[in-house]
Amino acid sequence: MGTFHSDKGELHGITVVVETSGRRVYVGRCDEESRAGIILLDADHHDDGADGKSTADYLRFAARYGIFKKHDRVAIPRAEIKKITRLGDLPRS
Amino acid sequence: MPYDPELVAPMRREMVDLGAKELTTAKSVEEFFKAKKGTALLFVNSVCGCAAGSARPGLKLALSGDHKPDRIATVFAGQDTDATAAARAHFKQFPPSSPSAVLFKDGEPVFFLPRHMIEGRDAPSVAFELVGAFDEFCAKK
Repeated sequence: MGTFHSDKGELHGITVVVETSGRRVYVGRCDEESRAGIILLDADHHDDGADGKSTADYLRFAARYGIFKKHDRVAIPRAEIKKITRLGDLPRS
Repeated sequence: MPYDPELVAPMRREMVDLGAKELTTAKSVEEFFKAKKGTALLFVNSVCGCAAGSARPGLKLALSGDHKPDRIATVFAGQDTDATAAARAHFKQFPPSSPSAVLFKDGEPVFFLPRHMIEGRDAPSVAFELVGAFDEFCAKK
């Protein structure tokens, strides 16, 4: 038994990785996806190479343990989105 | 803001029916973590149907296997906030996640099942993950 949500797309409530056309990748819980883009809740972002960590390193940790959130809510315009993947589908090692 | 207690009551009951000790205060959390020996599972309960709706039945399935933790407890994220914060202080190397499950052995966290490994999956898939950890860490040798 759980709560019910209005129809916000099949990714609603799912933690996703949003790769952008730049160096930035976002990870967060999808609230809504539309033609305009995607809205993530409790999200984090990483810029490739920041803190001495590649995007691959960052995603490897995220896939195993999740993320420490930096944003309560972030909207990513469709034009910036390269790929959306479920975090749970990434390899954990 | 916490949900209506009447709404979450069945979700709490599901965990208690599994044999989990419900920890609703920071004090009760510290009491639970005083004992270090053996294995203990802490389940961070959640209202969200996207994940918790399969997490609790998944845990139930996993607990019907050959190996299981010596002790099970639960806190309810978004409801019992002090208890949840106190519990998370015992595994702060892992990002906050609800629902989630943490397995401890001799007081140390040895396995973490975060929300993103639960959401969108059915109960047997969740159980598969937990049974693997129970077999590895809870088998009596």
